[in-house]
Amino acid sequence: MTMLITILRRLLSAIPSVLGVIVVTFLLARALPGDPAAFYAGASATPESIAEVRSQLGLDRPLLLQFADYVGDLLHGDLGHSVSSGQAVLSDLLTRLPASVELTLAALVFALVVGMPLGVWAATRPGSFVDHACRLLVTLGAAFPTFFTALVFVYAFYYRLDIAPEPLGRLNEIYFVAPPQVTGFMLIDTLLAGDMEAFRSAFGHLVLPSISLGLFALAPIARVTRAAMLEALGSDYCRTARAMGLSGRHILFTTALRNATLPILNVLGMVFSFLLGANVLIEKVFAWPGIGAYAVNAVISSDYAAVQGFVLMMALLFIFLNLVVDLMASIADPRVRYDV
Amino acid sequence: MSDQTVSSTFLSDARHLIGQNRITFAAGILLVLFVVLAIIGPLVAPFDPTATDASASLAAPSWRHPFGTDALGRDVLSRVIVATRLDLGMAFGAVALSFAAGLILGPIAGYFGGWIDTVIGRFIDTLMAFPLFVLAMGIVAALGNSVANIVIATAIINLPFYVRTARAEVNMRRDLTYVEAARMGGNRPWRVLAVHVVPNILPAMVVQASLNFGWAILNAAGLSFIGLGVRPPTPEWGIMVSEGATYIFSGEWWTFTFPGIALVLAVLCFNLLGDGLRDILDPRSRT
Repeated sequence: MTMLITILRRLLSAIPSVLGVIVVTFLLARALPGDPAAFYAGASATPESIAEVRSQLGLDRPLLLQFADYVGDLLHGDLGHSVSSGQAVLSDLLTRLPASVELTLAALVFALVVGMPLGVWAATRPGSFVDHACRLLVTLGAAFPTFFTALVFVYAFYYRLDIAPEPLGRLNEIYFVAPPQVTGFMLIDTLLAGDMEAFRSAFGHLVLPSISLGLFALAPIARVTRAAMLEALGSDYCRTARAMGLSGRHILFTTALRNATLPILNVLGMVFSFLLGANVLIEKVFAWPGIGAYAVNAVISSDYAAVQGFVLMMALLFIFLNLVVDLMASIADPRVRYDV
Repeated sequence: MSDQTVSSTFLSDARHLIGQNRITFAAGILLVLFVVLAIIGPLVAPFDPTATDASASLAAPSWRHPFGTDALGRDVLSRVIVATRLDLGMAFGAVALSFAAGLILGPIAGYFGGWIDTVIGRFIDTLMAFPLFVLAMGIVAALGNSVANIVIATAIINLPFYVRTARAEVNMRRDLTYVEAARMGGNRPWRVLAVHVVPNILPAMVVQASLNFGWAILNAAGLSFIGLGVRPPTPEWGIMVSEGATYIFSGEWWTFTFPGIALVLAVLCFNLLGDGLRDILDPRSRT
C-alpha cells in the first residue's frame, strides 16, 4: 500500500515537468525566425496565400488560444505534419523510436556493466594502479566528444581491422531481410523470427555505436560508484561488519554496495540526459534509423513540426526515465519513500 | 619584512602549490597555449585556412602539411590553429552568459526566498526536464541557424548549474552573523546581497564555470558537428570532424583526427583545471 502511494506521488510530481515541457515546446515553435506562415506557405507564396495559411494554422489568434489548440492537438496525439516526409510527425517518430531506445539502453547497460565494477574495484584499492587507471579512464571518457570516439572506432575497427560491420544502420540489409516488427528492438525481433544469422548481424551493428555512446556515460557512473563505495567502506557499519568477522566479499557486495546504490541511482538522471542528447550525434555517425538522425535532418531542413515533436518526445522520455529511477531509488532506500 | 623574504616565501609557496598540483599546472600551461593560439592563431598559421589547392587534395601528413590537407586541398594544421579562436570563443561566450545570468537569478532566489524563489526554481526545473543537448537543438532550430544562437543555446542549457550553485551558496550565507551585521547596519537588502554576499560566492562560481567550460566546448562543437551554426568554409573543430568523416571510408584519417584531438585536448585541459581549482579552493569536495 505504501508502495502504491509512493508510485502515485511520484507520478503526480512529474506533472509540473510535463506541463513545463509542453509550454517550452510551444514557445520554441512560436520563436521561429521570420514569419511561420510565410514559411509554411512555401517559396512561391503570394500575400493572400500567406494570409490564408496564417488563418488556417490559427496563427492570427491570441497566443493563449493558440496554446489551447496546441494542447488539444497533443491530447489527440497530433504533432503536426512533417514538411519533408509528408507524414504525421507522431507516426514518423514512433516508427523510429525503438531504434533509439535500443541504442540508448545498450549504451546504458555497457556503461553500468563496466563503470560500476570499475568504481568498486578502484574504491577497494585507493591509490593503487587500478585506482589511477580508473581515474584516467574517467577523465578521458569525459573529454572525448562522443562523435569523435565513434569515428575513431569506425576507422580502427571497420576500416583498419575490418572486424566491425559497416557503420550503416542496424542490420546488413543486403544479406538479411529485416524481421517482422514485433517489439521494434532488432535484437529481440531477430530472435523471435528465429534468425540467428540476422541476430548476429544486428548485434554486431549495435556494438560500436553503443560502446562509443556508453563511454561518455561511463565517467559519471564510475566516479560516483568509487566515491560512494569509499564512503560506505569507511563507515561505522562496515567496520562493525568487519569486526564481527563477516567475509570481505559479503561486506563489499552486500553491506557496502547496497548502501552505495542510492548515489549511483541519483547520478543516472544526469546520465540519461547525456545519453539521450549524445544519441543524436551517434545516430548521425552510424546512419542509425532512430529519432535523433530524423531530428538532425529536420533541424537542417527547418522542418519545425518535426523538431518540435522530437524535442517533446525526448523530454517526455527523459521525464519517464527519471520517474523510473526515482521509483527504483525508493525501493533501494526506504528513507526516500517517506521523504517526498 | 624585507622584499626578498616576501618574494622567496611567494616562490616557495608557489613551488609547493605546483608540486602538489602538477596535473593542474600542466593543464594551466596547456590553457595558456590555447589562449595564445586563439589570439594570434591567424598570424602563426602556415597557410591561409580557406585557401584551396586542387592539386594537393587529401594529401597525407608531410613536412609541408604536418596534419595533411582536406578534400579541397586546405592545410589542416592551419585550419585547426585558426579554429581555436572560434571554438574557445563560443564556449567562453556561453559560459560568460550563463555565469552572469546565474549570478543574478541564483542570489535573488537564495536570498529573498518566497514566491520569486519558487518561480526561478520552476523555471530551472523545466530546463532540467529536457535532455540538455536536445533542448539546445530545439533552441537553435527555433532562433535560427547561426553562431550567435549556438552560444545562446549553450548558455541556456548550462544556466541551471550556475543558478543552483549560486542559490545554494547564498542560502547558506543568508543568516550568517556578518550578513546579519550588514543588515543591522542599515544596508538595504540589495546592497547586502551585492556587496556582502555575492563576492563571497564567487570562488564557488568560478569553479563551476571552469568545470562547465569543457562541457560548453563539447556542446558547441556537437551542434556544429550536426551542421548547425558554423557554415563552411569557416574553420571550426566540430564541422571539420564532420567534413572529415566522409573520407574515413577511403582511409584519409587525418582530416577528422587532428581537429578531434584539438577538441579532446581543449576539453581535457578545462576539466583538469576545474578539478584542480576545486581541490585547491575547496578540498572537502575532492572525490
